Amino acid sequence: MTAMTTTAAAAAGRRGSGAGDLGRLIARALRHETCTVDALIVNIAMPVAIMVVFVYVFGGAITTGSSGLEYIDFAVPGVLVMCAGYGAALTAVSMAEEMTGGMIDRFRTLPIGAWTVPAALVIASVVRNVATTGIALAVAVVLGFRPDATPAGWVLTAAVVAGYVLAMSALAVLWGLMVTSTQAAGAFSFVVLFLPYLSDTVVPAETMPGALRAFAEHQPITPLVETLRGLLLDRPIGDSGWIAAAWLAGAVVVATPLAAARFRRRTSA
Amino acid sequence: MESAIHARGLRKAFGRARVLHGVDLTVPTGTLLALLGPNGSGKTTTVRILTTLLRADGGTATVGGYDVAREGDRVRRVIGLTAQQATVDDLLTGRENLELFAGLYHLGRREARRRAQELLERFDLTTAADRRAGAYSGGMRRRLDLAASMVGAPRILFLDEPTTGLDPRSRAELWAVIRELLASGTTILLTTQYLDEADQLADRIAVLDGGRVVADDAPAALKRQVGSERLVLRLAGDEDAARAAAVLAAQGEDARRSPGDDPSEVTLALHGPDHLRRVLDLLHRAGVAPERVELRAPTLDDVFFELTKAVAA
Ligand SMILES: Nc1ncnc2c1ncn2[C@@H]1O[C@H](COP(=O)(O)OP(=O)(O)OP(=O)(O)O)[C@@H](O)[C@H]1O
Ligand SMILES: [Mg+2]
Repeated sequence: MTAMTTTAAAAAGRRGSGAGDLGRLIARALRHETCTVDALIVNIAMPVAIMVVFVYVFGGAITTGSSGLEYIDFAVPGVLVMCAGYGAALTAVSMAEEMTGGMIDRFRTLPIGAWTVPAALVIASVVRNVATTGIALAVAVVLGFRPDATPAGWVLTAAVVAGYVLAMSALAVLWGLMVTSTQAAGAFSFVVLFLPYLSDTVVPAETMPGALRAFAEHQPITPLVETLRGLLLDRPIGDSGWIAAAWLAGAVVVATPLAAARFRRRTSA
Repeated sequence: MESAIHARGLRKAFGRARVLHGVDLTVPTGTLLALLGPNGSGKTTTVRILTTLLRADGGTATVGGYDVAREGDRVRRVIGLTAQQATVDDLLTGRENLELFAGLYHLGRREARRRAQELLERFDLTTAADRRAGAYSGGMRRRLDLAASMVGAPRILFLDEPTTGLDPRSRAELWAVIRELLASGTTILLTTQYLDEADQLADRIAVLDGGRVVADDAPAALKRQVGSERLVLRLAGDEDAARAAAVLAAQGEDARRSPGDDPSEVTLALHGPDHLRRVLDLLHRAGVAPERVELRAPTLDDVFFELTKAVAA
């Protein structure tokens, strides 16, 4: 008992730093990804499977239109976006779990800033999904993808993927805070996984019927994939880079304050 | 002595449902207050307000001398909470859970590890320490949750139905831990459905009903307050018991079928020998003959039903 009481005084007096708490919660979120078989499947088996399916199964049946690219070269950048987006979207489920499972109450009675909880989920998601996307890229190389990127191109590729994961994770946290069940939170993955199909990612947009084609050409995934294709294959990017960057920045700038406001509402009642 | 928890006139409504209207509580430092009340009476709501999880609509409260509404940061540095719903990370092991929380109390890596080990031993979790909490039994999760709320060695501890779901041995062990904490000066607010638990542990008992504290006193005083002895009439069967209760009620007697007990029993507070004669006369005239008549001292159950019967009726 004496020992416990001494600790009490010590614990009560010690102040932590926001960055230290954030680090501990990021480590916790990443630990979740290594301790279950489910998580390993999502993080490693999924990207491998998606890549194999696209390159082998669809590869023979889809023509790449006027781009003149091999299908593998045409498809890999888009599949990377799918992998990154799918993983990022799962952040919605993690967020909903924190809120509905009661963990948020535990964290809120600790002497830490409550904002560190969603922030840690987003940062952990970026770390995890950039790594996952790296795995998917390695698989693509094994399957015959031959990237031609310059060193600067590689750095920018990593930045674009990280930016996309950040934007999607921020939106996912917002969605996870809007819904009241983990099932509903899971629906976000579906949207994020489906969006690339309606872009110039899997099938060239020029082969789509009118309205669909207009949508495909103007939705954010198309310039994003164009940018990655340009960087990885060392081809001209044109305006796609700026358009993609604007979409990603816009998503973060809109989602973050909305999520923060929603989080404050859900934690003050 | 300064009070560790002090609440005045706490009010809270959820939409149109008014849950608390004017709750007053005082818990002197180093004592245990048991908060009793029927389901939905607002025990958890009160605990959530005092632990800064919920904002009251009105009234004031201080915990450890800090205002819960304005000085939440300071309050959080001196409290621990075991919520009614267990809040541990199912994907982490028991040890990882405790080390995480110790880190968030800023204990430092070595100290965090030592503290986690100490609590695992104390709550009999050493053999399961390195298994995922999601694979724990209900009682083990409960114990891990309790350990987690003690990681920061709080001066003031809130336990919302801490022994629900524990087996008798675990319950006895938790009681021992609670007594130790009290002896070392910790202040505890505990909610419970078990009156014997309150009777065993509490310095004071507050009964919450209809959004207000309807009684707040030492266990012995509360028992005295509901009158002297209880008269227990055992009848031939349920129907006879119902008739007996009806006959007595018609004559203004406060007789009731013992809830939770044998349905062929009727219980009432007894005020002296004349009262006993009158009760037996009434039954005799109505042609209801009790099989057996017993006298016993009032229990906290009697207190509870007495104090909350207005709402139940
Ligand atoms: N977030 C909420 N939104 C709406 N109503 C709520 C909310 N929290 C509690 N209530 C209502 O407030 C009342 C009191 O609930 P509370 O959980 O405080 O009761 P309790 O005394 O802890 O009950 P129990 O013994 O069942 O744990 C209940 O009627 C409950 O439905
Ligand atoms: Mg409750």
